[in-house]
Amino acid sequence: MPENTSTEKEKPRIGVFICHCGSNIGGFVDVKAVTEYASTLPDVAYATDNLYTCAEDGLNNIKETIKEHNLDRIIVASCTPRTHAPLFQRTCEAAGVNKYMFTFVNLREHCSWVHMKEKEKATQKAKDLVRMGVARARFLEPQEETRVDVTPTALVVGGGVSGMTAALSLANMGFPVHLVEKDKELGGFVRSLHALMMTTKSANETIRPLIDKVNAHKNITQHLSSHVASVEGFIGNYDVSIGGDGAEPKEVKVGTIIVATGAVPLVPDGLFGYKEHPGIITSSEFEELCNKKELPRLKSVAFIQCAGARGQKVSYCSRICCNVAIKSAIHIAENRDNILGVTEEKAAEAGEAVEEPAAEKKAEEEGSERRRRRRGRGRQAEDGAGEEGAAPSSGVEVTVFNRDVMAYGVENELEFNKAREKRVKFVRYGPDNLPKVSVKDGKLEVGYFHETLKMERTMPVDMVILSTPLVAQPDAATLSQLLKVPLGQDGFFQEAHVKLRPVDFATDGVYVCGACRGPADIAESVSQAAGAASRASIPLANGFVQAEALTSVVDETKCTGCGTCVEVCPYSALRKNDEGISEVIAAACKGCGCCGATCPEGAITMTHYTDQQLLAEAKAALEEV
Amino acid sequence: MTEKHHAAHHGKKKVAGDKEWEPKIVGFLCNWCSYAGADLCGVSRFQYPTNIRLVRVMCSTRVSPHLVLDVFGAGADGILIGGCHLNDCHYMTGNFHTEKRVNLMERLLRVAGIDEARLRLEWVSASEGEKFSKVVKEFTEEMQKLGPSKVCTDDMVKAKVAAADDASETFRLKALVGKEFNLLTKGNAYGDKLDPEKLTGIIDAATEDEFERALILELARIRPMSVKQLGKVMDIPTDRILRHIVLLRQNSEIAMDHPEGFTPVYKTITIGGEQ
Repeated sequence: MPENTSTEKEKPRIGVFICHCGSNIGGFVDVKAVTEYASTLPDVAYATDNLYTCAEDGLNNIKETIKEHNLDRIIVASCTPRTHAPLFQRTCEAAGVNKYMFTFVNLREHCSWVHMKEKEKATQKAKDLVRMGVARARFLEPQEETRVDVTPTALVVGGGVSGMTAALSLANMGFPVHLVEKDKELGGFVRSLHALMMTTKSANETIRPLIDKVNAHKNITQHLSSHVASVEGFIGNYDVSIGGDGAEPKEVKVGTIIVATGAVPLVPDGLFGYKEHPGIITSSEFEELCNKKELPRLKSVAFIQCAGARGQKVSYCSRICCNVAIKSAIHIAENRDNILGVTEEKAAEAGEAVEEPAAEKKAEEEGSERRRRRRGRGRQAEDGAGEEGAAPSSGVEVTVFNRDVMAYGVENELEFNKAREKRVKFVRYGPDNLPKVSVKDGKLEVGYFHETLKMERTMPVDMVILSTPLVAQPDAATLSQLLKVPLGQDGFFQEAHVKLRPVDFATDGVYVCGACRGPADIAESVSQAAGAASRASIPLANGFVQAEALTSVVDETKCTGCGTCVEVCPYSALRKNDEGISEVIAAACKGCGCCGATCPEGAITMTHYTDQQLLAEAKAALEEV
Repeated sequence: MTEKHHAAHHGKKKVAGDKEWEPKIVGFLCNWCSYAGADLCGVSRFQYPTNIRLVRVMCSTRVSPHLVLDVFGAGADGILIGGCHLNDCHYMTGNFHTEKRVNLMERLLRVAGIDEARLRLEWVSASEGEKFSKVVKEFTEEMQKLGPSKVCTDDMVKAKVAAADDASETFRLKALVGKEFNLLTKGNAYGDKLDPEKLTGIIDAATEDEFERALILELARIRPMSVKQLGKVMDIPTDRILRHIVLLRQNSEIAMDHPEGFTPVYKTITIGGEQ
């Protein structure tokens, strides 16, 4: 026990600091009355009010008062512990009071801001809340945080763009990295793609330098055709078994783990006539055809966006498919890299003249210029479907059926504009009026409801490309269980905080990046991977981690070894020792309290959230004053 | 002896003193979703009645039946438990266990004669500030209608709530409810998943047994009682009481105090002079 805290025999000396938060609390609660009341409560040695407790002078006031009045527990009654507890805890520690002797009372979010029209009742509630805090504080005990050594090695699961970037970042920092990839080569989903947006290089050319760097890096150990077979341990000390095809599993020790397993495109079985005609394909199958140079001669192509997304097979918007469609549409319209697979020889054989690209471009520019002048407005090109006759005489007619175009960001918006300049038509459909793909005499056609004309139309096409969403890897659930990290409702890995901790998991020591967290494009995946690598490097660089002292504690004299706690712990933070008694691995315990509430013998106590503390706090709410 | 009958007498009326009666509500909120939702509610200035007092726990799974029943025993009119939505738990499976625990709490409230509506479980995410205010408003209105808890005014109810609390702490109920979620999802030691209905039946029967035994101990602690007297007060057949007494005697939890004629009168054994 640290010297600076009182022994049990000493009477607690509680200091209460009540904050006006400008007028945020002071305007709706009689703070002076609450402070006066607080000073009458048992074991309260000092009570005061501050205009802003979190300001420099407020914090200094706490520190000085702790010394002056020999306080051993501090209560701040102000805003929410979710944002301000660490600040006040640091202040307490600076003045020699253990941070676990600090209690937060929420007078702003839970009182003044929600009872703005009843000052008297809000003041009464504020008094009750302070009384509850005091009741809790009386039973607090100082805690010491455990320090755990960290193995300075990382594991990256997934050898796609995200995984490679993360591995490379960590390797460049000097940490050994184990990179596990289930395929027999690196590259991930991008390897199957043909062309990318905003670059004239092919997908493979684009990621080649990244693969080469990973291959050449001495700090990276690759495990190809492999998977994570088992994971034991906790932050800093993971024992990972890597299984390969028929090979003996390899055991590695790592300190942190990055999940970068990517995503897969949805197979739109039963949607839009998929598989009923060879011309109905998904956007990823389109990429494959381009790669193999097997694309047939096309005159008219229709993209159908959100095929299977947003309420059909999955609920979410996959974000990237609009940009993929825009990219492909431009490539088709431009016949870039001769994407349509018609070589000059072939064309000559067929007796068809291949358009001079420059002439085509000129015609395009004139066409779009004319149209711009005629319309005098930008985005309304969606109406273009009404002008089927206005399609350029050369090239291919490309129509993108969409619910709305998700071309977010500056670059994507420019590409969207470019597609429209290339006379790609964007036709809207509503969720209740999905386009219908049908085959008539062996020919494809798309029936749709024209939103502007308010009438049904049909469009003959050679090919229908279904833009299907990215969905979670089918084996994501297995990995999530191995690593004890959660999946969201859509099966993607779920980060610790949607805004503030986007590449962390709630489990310390495990991080996430790329499309396994939700659909992401290459640039986003790379930034997330760099972020995840940076987060994962912190414990590696420090060489140790400090575990919060919110853990369960087993009373060995009460434990009968029934093992119920071991079963319910989501983090495997409990195990049976040689004597068959449960023991807690403090570094792995996250303090949820499940084992404590479960233990049939009442042998488990949750530090800092004991029954005694919680009951004192809750029952204090019921006292008549 | 329904609560509604009681409410007809006390609801919205003035009770002892000149202060108008107001329900006292305690909320246990998980740190990650519901507490954050209540924070957002404040930030967004959604107003709600002042009756609720919030207690922060790390996860709703921490809220054991003992916490809830003890607070009801101390006179709370309503208790709200707030957690993350299922599958969104910060601790992955915590709230699934919460659900099971709340089922047990409801069973115990039922047998103790407390309206289950006094306990409410709500999933409130960190982004559902408005939902939080709605839940609190609704719950407070409901408690206004139900009137004050009888715990403070009716000794039998008080004894029953104390017995429910004790029952919730028995090995049998804690082990059953602690394992319930895993038994249904992962299966038992042999990998067999249990039939939910069958398991519910087992827990229901166990709840009734443990509650009755706990109530016998509670009543015989206050004053020694015969099997017949216990049967009458508890309104259950004497053969059931006898069966419980046999078991409690085996466990040295109850002993004969004195005979009244040929009838033994039992008294609960208290340890360490605890009364």
